[in-house]
Amino acid sequence: MANKESDQRIPSSLEKFILHLHPNRIDSRAIKFNRTFGLGGILALLFVIISLTGLTLRFSYIPTVEHAYDSIIGIRDNTILGQFIRNLHHLSAKLMVLVSFLHLIRVYYSQSIFQKRAENWTYGLLLFFLVLASSFTGYLLPWDQLAYWAVTVITQIVEYIPLVGDSLAYLLRGSDTVDGNTLINFYTLHTGIIPLLFVVLMSVHFWLVRKAGGVALPKTEEKEKVDVIPNLLWKEIMVASIVIGGLFIVSVFYEAPLLDQANPLKSPNPSKAPWYFLGAQELLLHLHPFFGAVIIPLSAALFFFGLPYFRYKNVNVGVWFNSSLGKKMSIQSSSISFVFTFILIYILDHFLHFDIWFSGVPSVISTGVIPFLLYTLPLAGYLLFWYKNHKANNTEIIMACTSILLSSYVCMLLISLLLRGEGMQLIF
Amino acid sequence: MKLNRRKFIKRILIVAASIEAVFLLKDSVSKIDTFSSKELFNAGKADSFEKNKLYPFSTGQFFLKRFEDGGFLAMSVKCTHLGCVVNANSKTGGFNCPCHASQFNKFGEVLSAPATRPLDIFPIRIENGEILVDTRKPVKRSSYNKSQLTYA
Repeated sequence: MANKESDQRIPSSLEKFILHLHPNRIDSRAIKFNRTFGLGGILALLFVIISLTGLTLRFSYIPTVEHAYDSIIGIRDNTILGQFIRNLHHLSAKLMVLVSFLHLIRVYYSQSIFQKRAENWTYGLLLFFLVLASSFTGYLLPWDQLAYWAVTVITQIVEYIPLVGDSLAYLLRGSDTVDGNTLINFYTLHTGIIPLLFVVLMSVHFWLVRKAGGVALPKTEEKEKVDVIPNLLWKEIMVASIVIGGLFIVSVFYEAPLLDQANPLKSPNPSKAPWYFLGAQELLLHLHPFFGAVIIPLSAALFFFGLPYFRYKNVNVGVWFNSSLGKKMSIQSSSISFVFTFILIYILDHFLHFDIWFSGVPSVISTGVIPFLLYTLPLAGYLLFWYKNHKANNTEIIMACTSILLSSYVCMLLISLLLRGEGMQLIF
Repeated sequence: MKLNRRKFIKRILIVAASIEAVFLLKDSVSKIDTFSSKELFNAGKADSFEKNKLYPFSTGQFFLKRFEDGGFLAMSVKCTHLGCVVNANSKTGGFNCPCHASQFNKFGEVLSAPATRPLDIFPIRIENGEILVDTRKPVKRSSYNKSQLTYA
C-alpha cells in the first residue's frame, strides 16, 4: 500500500523525528486493533492534552490557602473557556488513570512482560505510579472540601507505616496537618517534578518498546510485514481523533466538581479518598492498619514488580492468557474473587465483629490476622484445587493470583464508591 | 578488596543520598508554621465549666470534658483512624467519626474499630483559675487513666 506520491516529498526533520518513533515496516498482526487496543498511544495523547491544559490553567491558579479556591472560581466564572479547559484537564486525568490500568492489564494478559520486556514492565509500573501521584497531587489544588479531606485521609494512612510513617507524612505535608505548606508541596510536585519525571520515563519506556522489537506477538512461521505509513499511522490518527473528539464533547457538558471551600473544622460525611484509592480505604475499614496500610500494599507491590522474574515453566510470549487453560482460569478466578470479596465485606460489616468478640487480644490479631486469613485461606484452597485437579502450571497459577488481586481491588473500589453512604455504612 | 574509581564514586553518591534521605525524614524541612498559633489556647475560667459536661472548642480543635470529680481532659477532635473530625454523640456521651464509623467513649477510648487508639489529648495548665490548653502538640496515649486529668 506504499503511497508513491508522498515518496517524492522529503519530510521535515520534525516529521522524521516523529516517524522514527516507529520502524519503517511492521508485522501486520501488531497493528490489529485488538492486539493493543491503542491504549499506550492513547496514554501518550492524554499526556499531551493534560500538559497543554495544565500549562494554561497555571496562568490563573494561585497556590495559597487564601487564594487557591477563589482562583478556581475565577477560572470557572470569569475566564473565557476557563471551565472548559478545567473540565478537559479533569476528564483527561480521570481517563488516564483508567486507561493506564487497562494498558497494564492488556500488557500482562497478553504475556508481553517477559525476557527483553521485563525491564520495561518495571518502567511501566513506575509510570503507573506517576499517573496516580500526579492525579493525587492535583486533587488537592482546588482546595475545596473534597480535596482537603481526601488528602487528609490518604496522608493519614501514610502515618501507619512503622518507624518512618510519621516523618514521611510530615515530609509529604510539610506540616502536621494539611495546610498551606502541603498545598505548595503538592503544587510543585504536580506542575514541576512529576511532569519532568514523566518525560524521562516515557522516553525510556518508548525506546525499550522499540528495542524489544515492538508489540509482543506469538511465534509464527510466516510473517507479513507492512509499511507503517500509512497502515499504522492512519489507525493512530483515527483513534486520536475519536479520543480528542469524545473528550471535547463530554467536557462541554460535564462539570469538574467543586464543593465548598476547604474547612479544616468540619469533615463532610462521608469523607472519601480519591476514587482510585477507594479500594485501599475500603481495605482499612476491615483490616488493622498494619495489614491494610503496610503488609498488603508492600507485598502487592513486590508481587507486581516481581511478575516477570518468577521461574516460569511454559511461557508463551504474546499469547493471550498464555493458554486456553490460562484463559479459563483467569476468567473464573477473577469472577470468583469478585463475588467472594463482595460477600466477605458484607458479612464482615453485618455479622462478624471480631474487635468486640475478641476484645481481650491485641487488635492486630482480632482485626488483622483473623480477617486476613478469612480472605487468603479460601482463595489459597481454590488455587490448590486448580493445581491438583487440572495440572495447572505455575504460569497459570500466578496469572490466577494476579486476577484475584486485581479483581478484589476493583470490587472494593466499586463498593466504596457506589455502595457506601453516610458514615461509610453500606446502603443496603 | 579492590576499590576502583567508579566504585568509589558510586559509593560516595549512595552515602550522600542516604544522608540526604535521613535529613529529609528527620524534620529537617522546617517550613514556616502557617496554621497553629504560638500561644496556649485560653479556654476561660475553670469555674465556669459545669461538671459532667462536654465543651467543644472548634477553633482550638479540641473537646474540653469536665468529669464528675471536677477533672479536666482536653481531647483532640481528630479521629485517630484517618484524621477526620469526630462529632460528640449526645446519647452515649462519647464521640462518633463520620468518615469510617469509629466510636469512642467519654474518655476518648475506642468503642468500635477501625480506630486503634484513643483520641489524642492536649496538655492542660491552670493559671489564675484560667484553663490554658497547649494545642501545639497532641499527646498520643494507649488508654485512659486518671493521671491524664487536670484539677483546678
